[in-house]
Amino acid sequence: MIRNKNTKSQLIKPMQNPIEGLNKVFDSRVRLGIMSALIVNDAMDFNSLKKLLEVTDGNLASHLKALEKNDYITLRKKFIGRKPNTSYSISKQGRAAFIQHLNSLEKLMGNG
Amino acid sequence: MKNHMNHLNDLKEIRSIMERSSRFLSLSGYSGIFAGVFAIFGGLIAYRQFYHSQFLIGEDISHIPDQLAKSIIQFLVIDGAAVLLLALVFSVFFSTMKAKKLGLPLWDLTTERVLLNLSIPLIAGGLFIAVLMQYKLLYFLPPVSILFYGMALMNAGNYTLSEVRYLGIAEIITGILNLLFLKYGLYFWIFGFGILHIIYGILMQIKYDKK
Repeated sequence: MIRNKNTKSQLIKPMQNPIEGLNKVFDSRVRLGIMSALIVNDAMDFNSLKKLLEVTDGNLASHLKALEKNDYITLRKKFIGRKPNTSYSISKQGRAAFIQHLNSLEKLMGNG
Repeated sequence: MKNHMNHLNDLKEIRSIMERSSRFLSLSGYSGIFAGVFAIFGGLIAYRQFYHSQFLIGEDISHIPDQLAKSIIQFLVIDGAAVLLLALVFSVFFSTMKAKKLGLPLWDLTTERVLLNLSIPLIAGGLFIAVLMQYKLLYFLPPVSILFYGMALMNAGNYTLSEVRYLGIAEIITGILNLLFLKYGLYFWIFGFGILHIIYGILMQIKYDKK
């Protein structure tokens, strides 16, 4: 086999692909942020998440929708006075998936 | 290698968000130091005020006339409220500075949680103290105020820097000891609200701000 530039980095890689444990859904920074916040808080509303993660309304809404589609978060709509206010919580599946993702990340760090 | 850095950053970001979203971090050691200094002043003012009268905090005043009791209580309320107000104003000021330094919002969910968890035991303690005053049981004021304050700190410590809980424990122990030596309430009060705050503030300042 001819040695090329890539050989060295390939050698460092462990036998099985460590990317397996990583969850594609959590590929985005915003989604990781949402899950991190919801795993330590019972519930958070839209504006608190927005302030915490420093993202735009549209951006946050689309990522929340994606997580909701995967059943990783649940939402509850309520009214504060006349204003609608949606609060988000992590679901059982969401918690399990996120912990799995975290473990994989940590394992990757260990191997690096 | 690039992936590795990304994962590391992800983990850092996750940890930071978990902490920022669940705990109020903009607590400054200076708040403790200043609160302690004001408390010592407040305590000394009370000491001076009553030094030459027949009354000492820690004494039974059930025998003294209502009018005099009323004036003593009034003085204690004003003195205590002034200490509380000054300590509050300065801790808001130092928290604002710290929040700016850390790049965190001063007011968010964590602020609400800390204040709520702090104020419930404090309001309960305040009502208890009001009733004690009604019955002229002034020697119970220092231990009860120290005890309820300690419990409020224990409670709020879950939502801010965890060291606040240690201060809470120290206050609770001080309050209990005071109950065993009711006569020396003013000294315990100065120790609990003055000395302990200053020690706590200096330790926090060393731990978090001198990096």
